[in-house]
Amino acid sequence: MKKHLGIKKVAFLGLCTALALLLAYVESLIPPVFAAVPGIKMGLPNIVILYVLYSLDVRYAATVSLVRLCISSMLFGNAMAFAYSLAGAVLSLAVMWALKKTNLLSGTGVSVAGGVCHNIGQVLVAMVLLDTPQIAYYMLVLSVTGIIAGVFVGVCGGILVKRVPVGKMFKF
Amino acid sequence: MGKFKDIIKKQESRKARNDVIFIASLLLVVLVLACVLFFSAEEGNTVRVTVDGRLFGEYSLLENTTVEIVNGDGYNLLIIEDGKAYVDTASCPDGICSSHRPVSRNGESIICLPNKVVIEIHTVTNSGPDIAV
Repeated sequence: MKKHLGIKKVAFLGLCTALALLLAYVESLIPPVFAAVPGIKMGLPNIVILYVLYSLDVRYAATVSLVRLCISSMLFGNAMAFAYSLAGAVLSLAVMWALKKTNLLSGTGVSVAGGVCHNIGQVLVAMVLLDTPQIAYYMLVLSVTGIIAGVFVGVCGGILVKRVPVGKMFKF
Repeated sequence: MGKFKDIIKKQESRKARNDVIFIASLLLVVLVLACVLFFSAEEGNTVRVTVDGRLFGEYSLLENTTVEIVNGDGYNLLIIEDGKAYVDTASCPDGICSSHRPVSRNGESIICLPNKVVIEIHTVTNSGPDIAV
């Protein structure tokens, strides 16, 4: 085990970040499905995060997620959007990591929990920023769409982990 | 080797079953919460408008009125009609508030994130001199 990050790993993580960024852009082109409730998204970049979490480690997943968020908020978002996304990303990654450790659920189940937690984080930030606890009502709709998005992301991520075995491709 | 594969396979199917249980229980929790909230809500009588966390004004839901909520460049036109409140037009780019269905139940709200406007339905029990019915 080398202590420092190998060149291959840096390059691979850079590639993952770029892919996540691109997926975030693709997602921003998709018109909202249900305009009455903001925050409904497929979470396409999370496919990459899930993939890195499963094929490498939580540290790398967190790095990719954070760098992706910073760049995408600078490119397409604003400070408010960054706060919402950051809270969602941190909470969902923490919960996904914990659930993965329990080894009770498959990637899809872990992803569903991540999707719901992403929305919980966003709603919590919205409640604090707007000082309105009533926003919690949105959680009802958001948790259902979060579950659906989580299943989609989980299935895609599972395929990716199976088909692109990074541990076998490179010797890190 | 075959035995090892069997163990892995068993673990996978157990996880898949756990997944289904997990998702189903999540959906059940949401459903129960939705039912509780839906059936516990009653019609409110007051519309409270806050802009950027500060109280903008309170209006009776029982009288038909039109309120122009102006905050800097942002404006939302709130209409109270037949015991229901809705946003008719707004300056926000997403138009979420103006496409929101009319609200009348206690605790229901219309929120316009770009203009930081929150419109909430409340029930005020003691009808003081400011609410003349």
